[in-house]
Amino acid sequence: MYVYDQIDQRLVDQRVAQFRDQTQRFMAGKLSEEEFRALRLRNGLYIQRYAPMLRIAIPYGLLSSRQLRKLAQIARKYDRAYGHFSTRQNLQLNWPRLEQVPEILAELAGVQMHAIQTSGNCIRNITTDHFAGVAPDEIVDSFVWCEIIRQWSTFHPEFSYLPRKFKIAVNGAERDRTATFVHDIGLHALRNEAGEVGFRVIVGGGLGRTPLVGHVIREFLPWPHLLTYLDAILRVYNRYGRRDNIHKARIKILLKERGADRFREEVEAEWAHVKDGAGTLNDDDVRRIEARFVRPQHEKLQPVEPIGGPGFAAWAKRNVHGHKVPGYAAVTLSLKKTGVPPGDVTSDQMEAIADLAERYSFGELRVSHEQNLILADMRQADLPALWREARELGLATPNIGLLTNIIACPGGDFCALANAKSIPVAQAIQERFDDLDYLHDIGELDLNISGCMNACGHHHVGHIGILGVDKNGEEWYQVEIGGNQGKTRAGRTPTGEASPGAALGKVIGPSFARADVPAVIEKLIACYLERRDSEAERFVDVVHRIGIEPFKESVYGNAHQRAASRSRARALA
Amino acid sequence: MATLIKERRVVHERAPSPDARVIRLEPGDDPASVAAELGSVARIEVSFPKFGDGRGFSIARLLRGRYGYQGELRAVGHITRDHLYFMERVGFDAFELREGEDAAEALAAFSTFSVPYQRA
Repeated sequence: MYVYDQIDQRLVDQRVAQFRDQTQRFMAGKLSEEEFRALRLRNGLYIQRYAPMLRIAIPYGLLSSRQLRKLAQIARKYDRAYGHFSTRQNLQLNWPRLEQVPEILAELAGVQMHAIQTSGNCIRNITTDHFAGVAPDEIVDSFVWCEIIRQWSTFHPEFSYLPRKFKIAVNGAERDRTATFVHDIGLHALRNEAGEVGFRVIVGGGLGRTPLVGHVIREFLPWPHLLTYLDAILRVYNRYGRRDNIHKARIKILLKERGADRFREEVEAEWAHVKDGAGTLNDDDVRRIEARFVRPQHEKLQPVEPIGGPGFAAWAKRNVHGHKVPGYAAVTLSLKKTGVPPGDVTSDQMEAIADLAERYSFGELRVSHEQNLILADMRQADLPALWREARELGLATPNIGLLTNIIACPGGDFCALANAKSIPVAQAIQERFDDLDYLHDIGELDLNISGCMNACGHHHVGHIGILGVDKNGEEWYQVEIGGNQGKTRAGRTPTGEASPGAALGKVIGPSFARADVPAVIEKLIACYLERRDSEAERFVDVVHRIGIEPFKESVYGNAHQRAASRSRARALA
Repeated sequence: MATLIKERRVVHERAPSPDARVIRLEPGDDPASVAAELGSVARIEVSFPKFGDGRGFSIARLLRGRYGYQGELRAVGHITRDHLYFMERVGFDAFELREGEDAAEALAAFSTFSVPYQRA
């Protein structure tokens, strides 16, 4: 856990004072709607469909029991006693009152938390691997680098009024669990032949209405240059990113319009000026940040194979993950129980989870971008006991990596931007696929739902992605297949190649009414099961091997049948 | 006339003398284009036509850092006290506030944050 020093604390306190003043000036008519909008957004405050929405930062997804208890209290006192964990590892409250937000921020500051830069056209919360620091395939502990970047980006004087929002992800392990290829900047740590740490720099990926896979603009950036190189990228973007059209303002469009090569040249030219300047990092800088993290003190343990019956075994198979220290494991507490909106937790659950983390996992938790919570430092011997308690709390659904571990945005139930609801679709699918044996047989499958093309539910990188669209005021759903968030799992194609890296899904055809969506998913799954070579070949692997046409046929009929149905429709019209 | 803050003080400026050379840069202008003239100008004005257009922040950084400009650097346009802390940090020393902004109250904004995280 990162522990604030006096400077960190003073800055969040001063931020509260600043926002209190801005809110008062707005309510007194001294700030216009538009001016206040730019200011409230960078404190995470949206005006939503029914009420404001407040997005609280959970820097790189790391949270203490004490902080989670505070979030539970805040949700109870200022909201409706629940919160929503988002795909960017933050927590959203859906019903706070505008005039109370400064109070909420003050309470957060009391537990070293804030809502700084969780929205607005600035550098957002830095996201990372939810197994940082414990992953067996770790290259570096990405938390340290995230914190270095967090400090650099917080109140950055030059880059606080960018053309558009800016998202940076840092991956410190071999496998990419942070979707670095679909961020404005993705940084993937690696070691060169001399064993020195550096970063592969990926720029210009993103989802939203123009989904694009990022470009590697530098294969190896030695770590001392991390911040000066970020300065160079951001300066090029701040100066030349489009500001005439909000839909073309992300850095991915700048890269697309200029071409990755020209963009790289511009960044390198800018970097030549700032390289080795004051922003250059040295060992002391890194050690100073490292020293502010309080680390779990692991015991010397023998690995154990915990026994707990069939229910436990199914859970352990899906929700327990490897750990670099013998005798320990990481556990996912699933927030994807059927009937509960994905990522939602009640205040009571938050408090219970805080207790679990305290008793079993050094009082720390992580939020995953798949909207679950992780206890990262569990003794293997404690797993059966934890499982029993988590099951009581409704947090032990054994579905991590499976179809019902659905990522979904809040959708039309809450969000002013949404074209369609997401949550009822997620529930209908979860209900349709409620047979656990069948789910396990289907195997690893990411199903992501967004209520509009802003793609907060990351539908483009779901193996199956569902997008809510508006057709003459009615809610319809478009289905994509073949997306992939990165080299997240050790899947192999039949020819033995590693599974594809980040990929964007392809739309299978015309959209569906909400009631038809579960049946469509069933047809896609049936098609997959029929055509897979073995259980090791995942849904997404089959789509990449045989293309989308067979899947399309399974849903809409073959080309001949489709033409016949079109002409029938025309004749009836 | 809009209020002006200069070196952290509210000032009332008389009409500028006609021979004083003033360069005005719009957000899309390249500061390199005026680099040769920097020694002979009375001041440079950088325009912020919209509350959220941050290109002028980079222009200021470049003028001060890369091109070594040391004279008056004035931010003009849609500027409220909410910009002042960042603007001063990138090198502005004069600010023409938007209509209706109280300059005396705005002075407090320079000490919004007592320490910066960034060294550069």
